[in-house]
Amino acid sequence: MASLRCFLRSGRNAVSVILRREFHKTSPAALQVTVRDALNQAMDEELERDERVFLLGEEVAQYDGAYKVSRGLWKKYGDKRIIDTPITEMGFAGIAVGAAMAGLRPICEFMTFNFSMQAIDQVINSAAKTYYMSAGLQPVPIVFRGPNGASAGVAAQHSQCFAAWYGHCPGLKVISPWSAEDAKGLLKSAIRDDNPVVVLENELMYGVPFEMSEEAQSKDFTIPIGKAKVERQGSHITLVSHSRMVGHCLDAAAVLAKEGIECEVINLRTIRPMDIDTIEASVMKTNHLITVEGGWPQFGVGAEICARIMEGQAFNYLDAPAIRVTGVDIPMPYAKILEDHSTPQIKDIIFSVKKTLNV
Amino acid sequence: MQNMLTILTSVFRGSLSKNGSKVVVSARTYADFTPQASFDIKKCELHRLEQGPPGEAVLTREDGLRYYRAMQTMRRMELKADQLYKQKIIRGFCHLYDGQEACAVGIEAGVNPTDHLITAYRAHGYTYTRGISVKEILAELTGRKGGVAKGKGGSMHMYAKHFYGGNGIVGAQVPLGAGVALACQYQGNNQICVTLYGDGAANQGQIFESFNMAALWKLPCIFICENNKYGMGTSVERASASTDYYKRGDFIPGLRVDGMDVLCVREATKFAADYCRSGKGPILMELQTYRYHGHSMSDPGVSYRTREEIQEVRSKSDPISMLKDRMISTNMASVEEIKEMDVEIRKEVEEAAQFATSDPEPPLEDLCNHIFYNEPPMEVRGTNPWTKLKSIS
Repeated sequence: MASLRCFLRSGRNAVSVILRREFHKTSPAALQVTVRDALNQAMDEELERDERVFLLGEEVAQYDGAYKVSRGLWKKYGDKRIIDTPITEMGFAGIAVGAAMAGLRPICEFMTFNFSMQAIDQVINSAAKTYYMSAGLQPVPIVFRGPNGASAGVAAQHSQCFAAWYGHCPGLKVISPWSAEDAKGLLKSAIRDDNPVVVLENELMYGVPFEMSEEAQSKDFTIPIGKAKVERQGSHITLVSHSRMVGHCLDAAAVLAKEGIECEVINLRTIRPMDIDTIEASVMKTNHLITVEGGWPQFGVGAEICARIMEGQAFNYLDAPAIRVTGVDIPMPYAKILEDHSTPQIKDIIFSVKKTLNV
Repeated sequence: MQNMLTILTSVFRGSLSKNGSKVVVSARTYADFTPQASFDIKKCELHRLEQGPPGEAVLTREDGLRYYRAMQTMRRMELKADQLYKQKIIRGFCHLYDGQEACAVGIEAGVNPTDHLITAYRAHGYTYTRGISVKEILAELTGRKGGVAKGKGGSMHMYAKHFYGGNGIVGAQVPLGAGVALACQYQGNNQICVTLYGDGAANQGQIFESFNMAALWKLPCIFICENNKYGMGTSVERASASTDYYKRGDFIPGLRVDGMDVLCVREATKFAADYCRSGKGPILMELQTYRYHGHSMSDPGVSYRTREEIQEVRSKSDPISMLKDRMISTNMASVEEIKEMDVEIRKEVEEAAQFATSDPEPPLEDLCNHIFYNEPPMEVRGTNPWTKLKSIS
């Protein structure tokens, strides 16, 4: 079952690559890497590359990370570069921002982004706005990272998606990787970026393996922030998503393809600045748009995409209203059956596609 | 004129040390000024410290004149800001520092220019001591392009090298300051960070979070509580269960310092800086001080305290008068000299105000700039979808 999911998630038929004999070009030495390991590699490489980079957060050092994302780093880099903090988000996020102001390049881990709410003043008022308020005198090269959104069975206080909250604020960059390549390339870009970057990871994706190309295995592999990726070409409808839901969209697309409906699936990769151009070009081709996200509908990522499509040239190409598939507008319940019905399932995406296409 | 005085002073100093006799110069005559004197200063109350700063401070004529000039400039600058605010040339928030000058000047005298400092919103004085001109400060207050933040920050958001503002959110600057101290420790540069907050902020949870981490990791941070007795309109007795702010660091040693005496502040700061630099970890100072103005320009400052109280502090404890009296009584400066300095300072502040009033506002092209650092130019949405504005780093 896991390997089937893996094939679907990699977006191309891995089996055919193995069977096809390609002598006219060198076949890439692809590797299976989990999102967790990709994030770990990204941090390891950047810690090695620049001694100003350091990681702080709860349990990042001796525990190897609450979700083991920072496994092995403390052993390799020691107390100076990998710092365990007390459970004081507002304090340590502020300390991280201050260190960034004074010349270091901190990675501040929030055990989940739910806890970042305690520190959100430091992220927004101390980090995001400072370069502007100082008219260019004080940059803040900091990364805030951690798992975002729904997990499994962790209930309401531990399941919120913060993409819309952070995506709202000028001065911040907000990225939301899906695959292992996304995770590695985007996190490396975030660490090298001289501005505050919020990295919204996903706990349920940490253990998922993806094929990582040879290019992505390089120590200098980065993915530009602000550019979306078309994961699957299609001609009938555009599905735009970020993080875990990208996988759901690809799965839905595979099912719909059997019925002759070809979906174009776009992986946003970056929430802010949003790559609306890629979405517009796709909508101008397919004439239909559905946004898919795990977060709540009101004032969410999908709402922003729809508004921008309305305001831009792609509006004239729409054959049906653009719609959003989102998490249900409730705090996350605990019971499995309820939780399963709180975020978009593949069948919800398929249903919405057919409704939009009127089939 | 200042240089001439210094030359003459060193001549006198030289001859005095040789044979103690007076030397008369035929050019403009100056009484021979005392080159330096020693003053008794109030002893600090101590928390978790065996010894504190000395009970005596040596002040040189040169330093005295420097401190006087700095404090008087800050005083006149703040009074000018008051005036400009009442004329509606300054708008929004304006939190004035007059009365507290000895804190900013004393602290600066106790640390190196390469050390770091961060404070809250009552920041004009610190912006000055950290190297920004009165002109750039007033122009920032009036929102002009010649302001230190090009008019984009305002009263609470002024920055300089090794000065991190200017912070509007009460208490948020304290973890930031601890972070700057972490960077100093990390980089091994023997620098320290002075992190200021007020009596109102002293109850903020994030301050205790910072105390904990600073002590755990032995960060080279001097936490300083500027206790001016009122957090906005709430007196310390009505806000804090314990008003012994120098003890509130608990496991962090503390000093209670007379914040109206620039020498007291200087000696305490030197003591604290040595403590931090020696790797012992953070230390806390409470400066007992007073602000003449209300919390901000929208607060007359007399509904929660009496005019008599303000008047009493002004007449008995004014930091500038205290220094002036010391200098004159020990013949380290003359009344005329001080008067001349006052005139110069008034002129400097007046010219700065002129500039701040006449300099143009920032151009509209600057509206969207400085969102990101080191980034290619990008587009920013205006108020409507057809307006696309340009943003450069």
